[in-house]
Amino acid sequence: MTEKKLKLTGGTVDSVVIRFVGDSGDGMQLTGTQFSDTSAMMGNDIATFPNYPSEIRAPQGSIYGVSGFQVQIGHATVHTPGDEVDVLVAMNPAALKTNLSSVPVGKTIIVDTDSFNKKNLQKAEYDENPLLTGELNNFVVIEAPITTLTRESIADIGLDNKAMTRSKNMFALGMVFWMFSRPLKYTETFIDKKFAGKTQLIEANKRALRAGFNFAETIELISSAYTILPAKMDPGIYRIISGNTATAWGFLAASEKSGRPIFLGSYPITPATEILQELTAKKYFGAKTFQAEDEIAGISTAIGASFSGHLAITTTSGPGLALKGEAIGLAVMTELPIVIVDVQRAGPSTGLPTKPEQSDLLQAMYGRHGESPVIVVAAKSPADCFNMAFEASRLAMEHMTPVILLTDGYIANGSEPWKIKKTEDLPIIYPNDLKSSREEWMPYKRDPETLAREWVLPGTPGFEHRVGGLEKKDGTGDVNQSPENHQLMVKLRAEKICRVKNNIPLMQVDGAQEGDLLVIGWGGTYGSLFTAVNHLFESGQKIGLMHFSYLNPMPKNTEEILKKFKKFIICELNMGQLHTVMNSKFPEYDYFKFNKVQGLPFTVLELTQKFEQILNNQ
Amino acid sequence: MSEQTNPVLTFKDFQSDQEVRWCPGCDDYIILRAMLKALPEMGRKKEDFVFVSGIGCSSRFPYYVGTYGIHGIHGRAAAIATGVKLANPELSVWVMTGDGDAMAIGGNHFIHLIRRNINIKIVMFNNEIYGLTKGQFSPTSLIGQKTYTSPYGNIQPPFNPGQLTIGSSGKYFARVPGNDPKMMEELFVKAEKFKGTASIEVLQNCVIFNDGAFEEITNKETESENQIRIEHGKKMIFGKNKDKGLILKGFKLEVVNIGENGITEDDILVHDAHEADPTLHLMLVRLQNPVVMGEIRRIEETSYDEVYVERMESVAKKSPFKNLDEMFFSGDTYVVE
Ligand code: SF4
Repeated sequence: MTEKKLKLTGGTVDSVVIRFVGDSGDGMQLTGTQFSDTSAMMGNDIATFPNYPSEIRAPQGSIYGVSGFQVQIGHATVHTPGDEVDVLVAMNPAALKTNLSSVPVGKTIIVDTDSFNKKNLQKAEYDENPLLTGELNNFVVIEAPITTLTRESIADIGLDNKAMTRSKNMFALGMVFWMFSRPLKYTETFIDKKFAGKTQLIEANKRALRAGFNFAETIELISSAYTILPAKMDPGIYRIISGNTATAWGFLAASEKSGRPIFLGSYPITPATEILQELTAKKYFGAKTFQAEDEIAGISTAIGASFSGHLAITTTSGPGLALKGEAIGLAVMTELPIVIVDVQRAGPSTGLPTKPEQSDLLQAMYGRHGESPVIVVAAKSPADCFNMAFEASRLAMEHMTPVILLTDGYIANGSEPWKIKKTEDLPIIYPNDLKSSREEWMPYKRDPETLAREWVLPGTPGFEHRVGGLEKKDGTGDVNQSPENHQLMVKLRAEKICRVKNNIPLMQVDGAQEGDLLVIGWGGTYGSLFTAVNHLFESGQKIGLMHFSYLNPMPKNTEEILKKFKKFIICELNMGQLHTVMNSKFPEYDYFKFNKVQGLPFTVLELTQKFEQILNNQ
Repeated sequence: MSEQTNPVLTFKDFQSDQEVRWCPGCDDYIILRAMLKALPEMGRKKEDFVFVSGIGCSSRFPYYVGTYGIHGIHGRAAAIATGVKLANPELSVWVMTGDGDAMAIGGNHFIHLIRRNINIKIVMFNNEIYGLTKGQFSPTSLIGQKTYTSPYGNIQPPFNPGQLTIGSSGKYFARVPGNDPKMMEELFVKAEKFKGTASIEVLQNCVIFNDGAFEEITNKETESENQIRIEHGKKMIFGKNKDKGLILKGFKLEVVNIGENGITEDDILVHDAHEADPTLHLMLVRLQNPVVMGEIRRIEETSYDEVYVERMESVAKKSPFKNLDEMFFSGDTYVVE
């Protein structure tokens, strides 16, 4: 161990951000998940963000093969995985190099000194060993020969060198567990399950974990460990859930509450694939899934299944949404319910497939030929994906229309505690089934309130009818090309979507209910926006947050809220798409905008600074 | 629910109230009549039929049949039909399509539907031209064919629908001339009974843009010489005087005259539509003179939808959870007080 100037002080803290980084083969995702799960079980609130490369197995030790997992754990409620890293665990030089800029001066870095050899330094493009140059002097650097210590601790088990080295992530995890006073028992149980039947591996992983824990306790540099008291969370039963799993479960719940079986037609695409996988694995609840030959077949099969009466879904990401555009138009014309999930990623084209962005809003709102309105909703956090998948299904089937649900790679892969909902506490969904008698029914006869047509399924005798992409005559649904009828139908389809506002909740503003600055956002940025706004609000500023879950139509009271504020800023991970929408819907207000397109979420710090700047200029 | 004879249903019951709008003289009228006559013979309820189409002249078909139907988007009928069928496997699902719809823009869905062997019937109206967009070459247009997009002669080699079907692991392929309603009617009824994807090619004359494309084959004067109609278990014999037949010579089919060069009826090949090995079926679909009509290939295997339903049921039986709540509250949950 090399003595450094700075030392850890320990003590009780409110929240801590830890980032585990290593090679994509080093098991960092697993290490991070174990740490966050354990913390959640101890009553902390958590928010996580895995950050992995798009290459599945990039060359070992290379800069583009670095895989990371960040978690924020807190005594207070945490809404984001955190901006800046308090403890960085870097398993090799490439991991250090690519992540150092996120670690503020004075914070802690744990490194595996064994990996700082000539070969790895070269791969990380270091001319000299950064552990020796003094460039880390302003950090608390904990140097530990993690690989060697791991091997020593399990040398007698009889594993080969490679297998022994693989347990080094457990050693590192053990060290961090000790630093934050976490028990080992959850991870030990996990190891038992994961390696069931492989006694050598169970023994090796458990021993490495404990060795790391004991090592941290013994080394002199850490004088005392950190304590984070449990968070004040709503009482209840919780589990940790990722956004994609929550989306899949929301659909399962919607299926149960509507009595309509699920049909999911999808084509694999990052970062949406887990929804298809999860629903396929849960087939036993009656969810039919179908891996199609392409994106277009995905949505086309869903449209067919919707005609047959299923809760029809297709899942994709931005490039796939573009491919599905024409078919969404067919669902608009045939007025069949279908949910399209777009787990947004940075684009255009293949873009940054594993990085989040909010750049599909305009595509979701307007990205089809013809006048083709659909409902657009967005989830604001991993657990909220459950609610919005449920809502998207409810609105689709009650209003007989396509619904686009926007999530993003950040919340889809991120996870947080979910206060588990019982299905009996969820609202019943009422699909717009056949209500009319044979005499009064027509394929395009509309509900007087919602304008939805009735959902009549093949197999129903006496109601045989055809739907299709050609313009329909109002009422009868016969093919009709007359000018007046087309205009009428375009208006009816638009009005049908507009009236959905009577069936969605009112907008709730966080922070100040009126005042100087209204921050406006939507979707997955909620955590960072809320944290920044709340911080300023608690320090006495008249700042509020209006965060959209329902983007088309917007809640009825949107304008009322705008009236109560002096200034507005729209924050998005795109170049200003909601800004465009707000300007066209509510043009009488002046909106500042704050945009970021780096494939990264907002940091609370950058938001706070921006808001302060606007508040102070007034 | 599905297999039930209903003697009351007639041709009229399956007509829709929509005015049929194909060009006068188009073979599509013949196909429609044949289908309307075949439907009551299938012994199923009217409400259990779904006709699905894409875009093109052929794709107007669902509007003219009084059953359930979807007129979809260009090329996607096979995919839409897949969703209809998997969501409700009890339905009799028909894809009405053309050469452009099925094999150009919808080529991917066509081959994958066939590969999966879902119990769906595809009727492809092959007129070797784009009709609805007014006369461009299609994936079955011949080399040298002059169309609005090949004014100096087409240089794209054509697909053979039968070859594409068999190449996609197809289990069923039949061909029928578009001017023979009787044969079509029989074939549609037979295809309906097939458990799997049935691919049926209709040689359909487009009077406007490609008139006479199949004239030599389908002309009543010459058809008996230029067509061979085959049936499973029967000798492959044709000709006005039933004096010609097919034999295998080396790796090729050869037309022979019975009674000449010592050839007797015994030498003529017997058609085995149920042979899993596709070699001979491929030769039959490629044969140019005579052109082979009838059920060329019919291999009964378990269909995708049957396996799909079985899998759903067997997995449901093994469900580790009684209901959703049990799953929500399973595993690593914890209590906050
Ligand atoms: S264009 Fe050709 S295929 Fe189309 S309806 Fe007219 S004749 Fe028939």
